[in-house]
Amino acid sequence: MGIDFLILLKQEWTVSIILFILLFIKVGSKEWKNESILNLINILLLLNVITGFFGYKDGILFNEMFKTNHLIVTEKNILSLGTYIIALQSYPWLKNNKHILEFYILLLSTLLGMFFMISAGNLLMFYLGLELSSIPLAALANFDLEKRKSSEAAFKFIISSAFSSGLLLFGISLVYGTTGTLTLSVLSEHLFSSPLQIFAFILLISGFGFKISAVPFHLWTADVYEGSPVTVTSYFSVVSKGSVIFVFVTVLYTAFKSYALTWYNILFVLSVLSMIIGNLFAIRQNNMKRFLAFSSIAQIGFILIGITGSTQSGSASVIYFVLIYTFSNLGAFGVVSLVSELSGRENMEDYKGFYKTNPMLSWVLAISLFSLAGIPPTAGFFGKFFLLMAGASQGNYLLITIAALNMVVSLYYYLKVVKAIFMDPNENPIKKLMISPSPKLALFICVSGIFLTGLISYVYEYIFSMSIGI
Amino acid sequence: MNLSLLIILPLITAIAVLLCKGFKQVRTVSLIGTSAQFIFSFVLLFAYWKERAAGNSSQFLFELNYTWFEPLKIHYHVGIDGISLSMILLTAFVVIAGVLVSWTQEVLNKEFFFLLLFLSAGAYGYFISLDLFTLFFFLELAVIPKFMLIGIWGSGKKEYSAMKLALMLMAGSALVFVGLLGLYFNTNMNGAHSFDLLEISKMHIDTSIQNVFFPFAFIGFGIFSALFPFHTWVPDGHSSAPTAASMFLAGISMKLGGYGCLRVATYLMPDAAHHYSPIIILLSTMAIIYGAFVTMMQKDLKYINAYSSVSHCGFVLLGIGMLTQTSINGAVMQMVSHGLMTALFFAAIGMIYSRTHTRLTKQLGGLLKVLPFISTVFVIAGLCSLGLPGFSGFVAEVTVFMGSWENPDLWYRLATILACASIVVTAVYILRAAGTAIMGPITNNHYNHLTDATWNERLAAGILVTGIVAIGIAPFWLYHLINPGTEYIIQHLGKALALK
Repeated sequence: MGIDFLILLKQEWTVSIILFILLFIKVGSKEWKNESILNLINILLLLNVITGFFGYKDGILFNEMFKTNHLIVTEKNILSLGTYIIALQSYPWLKNNKHILEFYILLLSTLLGMFFMISAGNLLMFYLGLELSSIPLAALANFDLEKRKSSEAAFKFIISSAFSSGLLLFGISLVYGTTGTLTLSVLSEHLFSSPLQIFAFILLISGFGFKISAVPFHLWTADVYEGSPVTVTSYFSVVSKGSVIFVFVTVLYTAFKSYALTWYNILFVLSVLSMIIGNLFAIRQNNMKRFLAFSSIAQIGFILIGITGSTQSGSASVIYFVLIYTFSNLGAFGVVSLVSELSGRENMEDYKGFYKTNPMLSWVLAISLFSLAGIPPTAGFFGKFFLLMAGASQGNYLLITIAALNMVVSLYYYLKVVKAIFMDPNENPIKKLMISPSPKLALFICVSGIFLTGLISYVYEYIFSMSIGI
Repeated sequence: MNLSLLIILPLITAIAVLLCKGFKQVRTVSLIGTSAQFIFSFVLLFAYWKERAAGNSSQFLFELNYTWFEPLKIHYHVGIDGISLSMILLTAFVVIAGVLVSWTQEVLNKEFFFLLLFLSAGAYGYFISLDLFTLFFFLELAVIPKFMLIGIWGSGKKEYSAMKLALMLMAGSALVFVGLLGLYFNTNMNGAHSFDLLEISKMHIDTSIQNVFFPFAFIGFGIFSALFPFHTWVPDGHSSAPTAASMFLAGISMKLGGYGCLRVATYLMPDAAHHYSPIIILLSTMAIIYGAFVTMMQKDLKYINAYSSVSHCGFVLLGIGMLTQTSINGAVMQMVSHGLMTALFFAAIGMIYSRTHTRLTKQLGGLLKVLPFISTVFVIAGLCSLGLPGFSGFVAEVTVFMGSWENPDLWYRLATILACASIVVTAVYILRAAGTAIMGPITNNHYNHLTDATWNERLAAGILVTGIVAIGIAPFWLYHLINPGTEYIIQHLGKALALK
């Protein structure tokens, strides 16, 4: 036990220690300058990312409540990295905020919750982690205390989140009632296609659908994304969603593998709906945050196709895509948040003529959008290609054709932004923005991630070597 | 010979351009870089001849094969045969000419030359790829730079054209993507799948599967090559693009499609190629006739050339669809010839436009008297386009027609006759355009003060004219270059026919 207890829980320990340091600073009497607190937090989060790469060990703790292996550690590393980038990006926004410590305490609690959720070996543990990760998120969505939209967003989020948690719990209780166990590793042996179990399964899928905002469970997304502060929005769309996707894959591939055919059909419908509706709505958006919200719904559609692959390459492509999505989406959100923070403008028209005044930021935004659209040589191309390839391994080319054509539709709205930035004339463009070093570093990480994760095949091969299939 | 140099050279030049200070440095570096490509492509040609003379008869030379994504069996596999080598030469010719005609492109010059060089890297990479994944990678790589080039530096309704072009080409590559995945998952290499062109060509894929995925691949690539009725991006894209981008689009980009139709669709799915041949013939004949007649009605020089490109690229697809060796040879020759000719045409139009600020034939007139060099270039391009002996156009078109006639089917003969007849229409629009714009009295007094071509424009035109004449007078070297490559394709098609 002893040393294992430390090593297997290393990432949870690191995050908890950071949380405690922040709490001590909060209750301590010393007055800290905002800048120094932010720098300290950024360093701590960087340490959190770095320590994640050491001391890999597989193991089970607490009577199979908690399990960890190489894949899970890697998934947690992706989330830590995303959180670090977001922390760097939120520097200009938080610089003059009185509640920095509260912000990070809430943020890290949700991260801790996600870590436990990913490591859950038991549906109860999963539920616990999920709640720990979603309740503080509602507080974060409300962090712009003066803005009405922000509280509206928080309220919508907490309602829909509570509803989906309710669905999940109902599903979990039915699973327990019919099988007598909640342990994921043995669940599949107890599942037969009795109607009650199928019903429980549908409830679980709906719960997951809410969390990852797949159509038709997406209605909360756009309003919440628009109302929340931009950094929180990027956290929603990348880290929070990514963690649920990781769990979704594991749960489907291990506990519900006997229902493979059932969930294949469900995912087929969900992914087609998500792609089409996400794309069609994204075309009409004018606010950049809403636009990215709908584009992320469409991206979920592509991820679901990868999940239908249900082979080793299926789960590998999904995890790989989430990593790429982290870089690309955070790159896009990074620029949007800088613009919104420093100039107060969030609409697509405001970006007209952006290239004349801010060439570097324009390229970062364009490259991120190209990566989201799946254009080579960015990593998004590889990510999408492998997702669809995993989906095609099931032989359903109808789905692949729909997805490929949806990529064209999505290219249209991504190019609309690029067109506004590079081609449209504007009398009154956004002024040249002065950017502090830490958001610059964040954007640099994103752009290098966008290029390197794709072209260097090692990343994919590494994820593949640890992935599981049915 | 390390073929990767073909991708690395333009990329290094592109990065060097970004590091340059000032417009003069940018264009000098670009010219040096593209000259290096130009020289390297000739080095490659001589090395190729040397290998072949030494008796190396393998299908592809200078192969490199590295594993890229091991779990998915994706390789970086490159190699060239005569067909790809002729395409590489074409690219080198067009790119250096493109840089030369953009010599005074000062607005956002860094970005312009960067994108141009990036585009050429994509084209080279595409022509040397022997792995379908790499091929697809480079095919898509070339879409966005075109969008940017047209949208930023173009003229007229540039944003609309740029968006139309990007979306239609992406739709094309989406179809190609489905076709490639279909091929991949129906290959069987001891349980594993393969993207490797050589390995797939050795297997026999079930006919019913070929019949499903051939249309995806062929139409997908066909969109790049202005396959009727998916040609609508061509006129808008070409006419809105800046001169160098037009040259690149018509000269190289449309050849990506033709090359893909031949190398991927027809070569890897021969059964389906036989099956769908009538439809291809029908569509390409329609493109030829329709393109020619629409061109007759155009008043803008760039539109004239753009629509005539639809018609001329129809010959490429016609040659491929006829499935005889001569016709496929002709299709490849037509790709090279049309690439050079149309690049020259666009260069001449660009030179005229930059002086007279109009492209409407009605407003031009008597240019031969004030711009003798540019007018001569324009007329040469026109004569090549209408297939005058001595220029490459004649050689290529005659080969296509002869090859098509070899196909004894009545309907195919009818299509050949119709395609031949379109030459008359071509002559009408070319001679009419040349007659009003170049000959006759000077219509505008302002034209008297125009200056003729500068050294860079003369050099650009000179390079392209050399290419056209070299093929026109001595076509055998190109023929001998292409023929061994097409022989493999024909063998494959013959095997498919025998199995039937």
